[in-house]
Amino acid sequence: MAFGVLAIQGDVREHLEALRRAGVEAQAVRTPAEVAAAHGLVIPGGESTTIGKLVARFGLMEPIRGLVREGRPLMGTCAGMILMAKTIRAAANDQPALGVMDIAVERNAFGRQVDSFEADLEVKGIEGGPVRAVFIRAPVMSAVDNGVDVLATHEGRIVAARQGNMLALAFHPELTEDSRLHDYFVKMG
Amino acid sequence: MAEKSTWRNKVGLAEMLKGGVIMDVTTAEQAKIAEEAGAVAVMALERVPADIRAQGGVARMADPVKIKEIMAAVTIPVMAKCRIGHFAEAQVLEALGVDFVDESEVLTPADEQYHVDKHRFKVPFVCGCRNLGEALRRIGEAAAMIRTKGEAGSGNVVEAVRHMRLVQSHIRRLTTLRSDELMAAAKELDAPYEIVCEVAQAGKLPVPNFAAGGIATPADASLLMQLGAEAVFVGSGIFKSNDPSARARAIVEATTYYDKPEVVARVSEGIGEAMAGLDVAKLDEKELLQTRGW
Repeated sequence: MAFGVLAIQGDVREHLEALRRAGVEAQAVRTPAEVAAAHGLVIPGGESTTIGKLVARFGLMEPIRGLVREGRPLMGTCAGMILMAKTIRAAANDQPALGVMDIAVERNAFGRQVDSFEADLEVKGIEGGPVRAVFIRAPVMSAVDNGVDVLATHEGRIVAARQGNMLALAFHPELTEDSRLHDYFVKMG
Repeated sequence: MAEKSTWRNKVGLAEMLKGGVIMDVTTAEQAKIAEEAGAVAVMALERVPADIRAQGGVARMADPVKIKEIMAAVTIPVMAKCRIGHFAEAQVLEALGVDFVDESEVLTPADEQYHVDKHRFKVPFVCGCRNLGEALRRIGEAAAMIRTKGEAGSGNVVEAVRHMRLVQSHIRRLTTLRSDELMAAAKELDAPYEIVCEVAQAGKLPVPNFAAGGIATPADASLLMQLGAEAVFVGSGIFKSNDPSARARAIVEATTYYDKPEVVARVSEGIGEAMAGLDVAKLDEKELLQTRGW
């Protein structure tokens, strides 16, 4: 069974390539049946309002929540992390979300595009030195519940966390050649 | 070390918009309608291209007040247009904090010889092209996203199709060349040699390649996506139609499911009439917007 990358909108190809570099099969998924058949799922970077609305309109909410209930791995980067959160601050009106992970997120927490940045990040569980993290109009986790393991912070703000088989990242490991976070993700399942 | 506004940050934002629809809006209300429909970004401007075409006069960067109202109204990225070569308008847009600047042929060019040197900006730029050489010249100036010019405000997709097909067929041709043929290809294309080599190797542009200019229906969006566009811009096509909200939503859905005709068919039902549109072949050479810039 292949890993799926949710292909509503966003940097799908970059995640497919990163998963393949991590040694697993990967394919784009866009229908309830395709999501249900995936070994694990990545929700890519993109616009969280757009992805959320289309996930709701095309009947993908329940298949994705089902995948989480069954303990199959789920990773969200940036927009994906926002969609996974129980609570979204600074959300657009009635922004649909999956609400599967016990985190609160704040959108565009570092400012607009001219404030987007890269930084070296020590990530718990990732050996071999810091990860070069690309932040684009990035969110942060403003709070996490017990049971959520914080994996990395930047300037004191939470930018990577894990809860069970769910991995939430505020940045984009798929935009660099370094596939250590994708290696970590595929081994979670 | 943290570093702001890197090339990866700029191209990265363009990558995040792939598979989506960027919509022209002239008011905060329209921006909200676009966001509600599922737009990945909005383009803030004073008049949509169809009105610029109809009303004539000099078309300039939008009023900062208007741009700020639109930025305050939505959480999705906000783009705005500057005139070709008008780097002072681009500086103003960067100072306002817009997320992307479109150096656009839709506005009246400010410089007939030089485009903006986009290396000097923190904000990323998108530029139009009619063929691969033009795309690579703009990338050489640090455009982080390329779009076809098409023929803006025409409601007619024929020019966007022409430009997308030309770009894609030139890319395919480059991938078949021997390495010792690439300098001659660069000369023919009037494009930077290093970027020509990069495209020949990768089989794609080094930045995302979107479609724009004349897209008016869900099937138009599907067509351009199937021809290799990675996302679409819709200018006049939404707010010049008789049911903007329904049409906006349908074009968003057709862009995601562009290769599933049954979805495109379903979302195309009951969305009212498209904008009227123009026969581009009957336009006078002087009326064409796509010939602005080089």
